[in-house]
Amino acid sequence: MNGQLLLSDDVAAVQPGAPILRVSGLVKHFSTDRGLLGGGAKLHAVDGVDLEINPGEVLAVVGESGSGKSTLARCILRLIDPTAGRIVFDGRDVTALKGRRLADFRQQVQPVFQDPFSSIDPRWRVGKSVAEALDAFAIGTRSERRARVLDLLDRVGLDPSLAGRRPHELSGGQRQRVGIAAALAPSPRLIVADEPVSALDVSVQAQVLNLLADLQRDLRLAILFVAHDLAVVEHISHRTAVMYLGKIVETGPTEAVFRDPRHPYTKALLAAIPHPDPERRATGSVLQGEIPSAVAPPSGCRFRTRCPVAIERCVTDEPGMTVFGEGHTAACHVARAELRGPVD
Amino acid sequence: MSDTLLRLEHVDVGFATDDGTVSAVSDVSLSVSEGEIFGLVGESGCGKTTLAMAAMGLLPANASVRGSVRFQGQELVGLGPDDFRRLRGDRISMVFQDPMTSLDPAFSIGEQVSETITAHRDVSKKHARDRALALLAGVGIPEPERRYEDAPHRLSGGMRQRVVIATALANEPALLLADEPTTALDVTIQSQVLDLLRDLRHRLRTTIVLITHDLGVIAQICDRVGVMYAGQLVETATVAEIFRAPRHPYTQALLAALPTQDQVPGTLRVIPGRVPNLADPPPGCRFASRCPFVMEVCTTVPPLAHETADHLIACWLSEATREAGRPTGAATGGAA
Repeated sequence: MNGQLLLSDDVAAVQPGAPILRVSGLVKHFSTDRGLLGGGAKLHAVDGVDLEINPGEVLAVVGESGSGKSTLARCILRLIDPTAGRIVFDGRDVTALKGRRLADFRQQVQPVFQDPFSSIDPRWRVGKSVAEALDAFAIGTRSERRARVLDLLDRVGLDPSLAGRRPHELSGGQRQRVGIAAALAPSPRLIVADEPVSALDVSVQAQVLNLLADLQRDLRLAILFVAHDLAVVEHISHRTAVMYLGKIVETGPTEAVFRDPRHPYTKALLAAIPHPDPERRATGSVLQGEIPSAVAPPSGCRFRTRCPVAIERCVTDEPGMTVFGEGHTAACHVARAELRGPVD
Repeated sequence: MSDTLLRLEHVDVGFATDDGTVSAVSDVSLSVSEGEIFGLVGESGCGKTTLAMAAMGLLPANASVRGSVRFQGQELVGLGPDDFRRLRGDRISMVFQDPMTSLDPAFSIGEQVSETITAHRDVSKKHARDRALALLAGVGIPEPERRYEDAPHRLSGGMRQRVVIATALANEPALLLADEPTTALDVTIQSQVLDLLRDLRHRLRTTIVLITHDLGVIAQICDRVGVMYAGQLVETATVAEIFRAPRHPYTQALLAALPTQDQVPGTLRVIPGRVPNLADPPPGCRFASRCPFVMEVCTTVPPLAHETADHLIACWLSEATREAGRPTGAATGGAA
C-alpha cells in the first residue's frame, strides 16, 4: 500500500557489501567526580568497541547490566558524545556532526526504547507523536503528513482511528507500536532498539517481535537490537555481539555464537538461560560473583575475575580477537590456545 | 507428594473502584503440598500476585476476599491484622521482586535478619546475631562477619535479594511465597538465586510458591504449576506435563508465543484480541473471546476438573470438565 511505497524510499542507495554503520574504537567514559574514589575517577562504560551493521541486517548486542550496551546505543544515536572513536554511517563520519547535518543523520537513524514514554510525550495524542519527526524535519505538505501518519499506524498494526487517543488510553503493546510508528516516520535506514520488548508480556512481545521482523524484511531496515533476553536475540537477529564491561568479547553469526560459543562469558550466559523446558534444567550456575565495577576494571582480560578457565596470562595481557569461523571472533587467550593446538 | 500445606478453595477477590467491582480473582481452588515448589504463572493482570496477597492478608482496604485459604489447617480468610502479622515472617514469609521494598535502608543487613528473629522468637541478641550470620552464609553472602554491618545500598541487586531470602528464612517458615524474585536480576545472577531456592528446598524442605510471568523460571525449578488468565485458574499440572502436553488453549497459546530459534522471524504465534475488562468480565470462560476453539457453552464457567490425578483443566473441550459440569450445570457466571 501507499505507506509501503513511502517507507521504501532511499533503500536502494546503499552500495552492496558496504556496511550501513561502522563503529571503530568507540570509547565512552563518564567522570564520577563525587564517587568513593574521589575526584577524577572514570567509569569505563564503553571501552573500545568495533562493530558493523549491513543494510537490512539485525545485529543484536547482548550483555548484563553494566556491560555498556545501552551507552553504546546512545552513542550511536548521537544522544551522547563518545570520548573517542569513530561512527561512520553510510560512508560518512558522523561522530562529531552538529546542527543541520546532525538533524539529517537523525532522520536516518531512529530510536525505539523499552519504555515508549521516553520517546513519545504522554500528553500528546498518538497522531501528533507519530507526526513529530515529519513536522520537525518538515517532510511533505500538511495533508501528506497526515496521510502518512495514518499509513504508519496501519503499517504497525494499529487502527488509524487511534490517532486521536492519548498514550494512557493504550495498552503497553499498542504504545510500543506507536513508538515504532514514530521511529519509522522519517524513513530511517537504521533503527536502534534498546530493549524494545522487555517490558511486554509474552503474548504481546510475540506481536511486537513479529512486527519488527516484518518491517525489517519489507523495508530492508537495519536494526541494532540491544537486549538481555537471549531467547529473543536468538530468534530475531542475524548476528550477535556479546558485551562485558564495556567491551565486545565475542561476535558472529547468531547461529555460530549460540551453537558454538567460544568465549567463557558467552558460554556462561547461554548456560544461565532458563529454558522453558523442564528437560533442559541448568545444573548449577556456572558463574560465581558479579560484574566488577567499571570504575576500576580488572587488568588484562576483564572477565578473568569470574572466569572458570582463566590462566596467568589473562591477568597481564588483554586478549585480542581471534577468528573462529566466518565472521565469528572472540577475545580469549584460552579459546585461542585451544584453536591453535596444545597450550604453550 | 506428602501432606497438603496450603489449600485454596473457591477464592474470589474483588476490588471496589469508581467503575464498580473489579473481579481480580475468580473462583480459584488449588493446593500446595509440603516440600514442593509450586509455580503460579500468567501475564500482567492475571491475578497471580493478588491471589498471593489475599492469602497473606496484604490487600488494601477496598479489596474483599471470599472463599477459603487454609494453611496448616488454619483458616486465613477473615483473620485479623494482628494474627496475620504474627504469621508473616514466622510460619509464612515473602520475597518480592524489588529487594529494597523488603529491606530498610537505615538498618544494616545483619540487623534486618536478626530483627526478624527477635520479633517472633524470645532469644538473646547474641543468639539472634549468630543465627543471622549463619543465615547470611547459608544464602551465599561472602564473609558475613565483615558484611554484617553493611547497609543494603552497599550491596548489588543479587546480594540484596539473598539478604531478603535470608530474612525470609530467619524463622524457618513452612511456606515461602516468592513473587517474581529473580525478575529484576541479570540472567547469571538469576541462575544463582534459582540454585539457592532449589538448595533451600532440599536442605530445609521449605515449601515454595513461586509467582512469575517467566515460563523459563517455572520450567527450571518448579514441581507443579498453575496457569492463570484474567483472574481464573485455567490449568494445573506437573511442570513436565504442562510443557510436554499443555491442555488449555491459553496455556498452549502462551507456550507457542515464546520465541525460539527454529521459528522464522515474523511468524511467532500471537494471541489475538485483548484481556477482558475485569470490571465487567464476560460470563463463563474469560479466555473465550480470544480462544480459537470457542463454543456456545463457553459462556458458562468451566469447572476445574481432573484430567488425570495430577492434571486439572478448566475448559469445556476437556471431557473431565464436561463431566464435572454436568450435574445441575453447577457453576454459574463470574465472581458476582
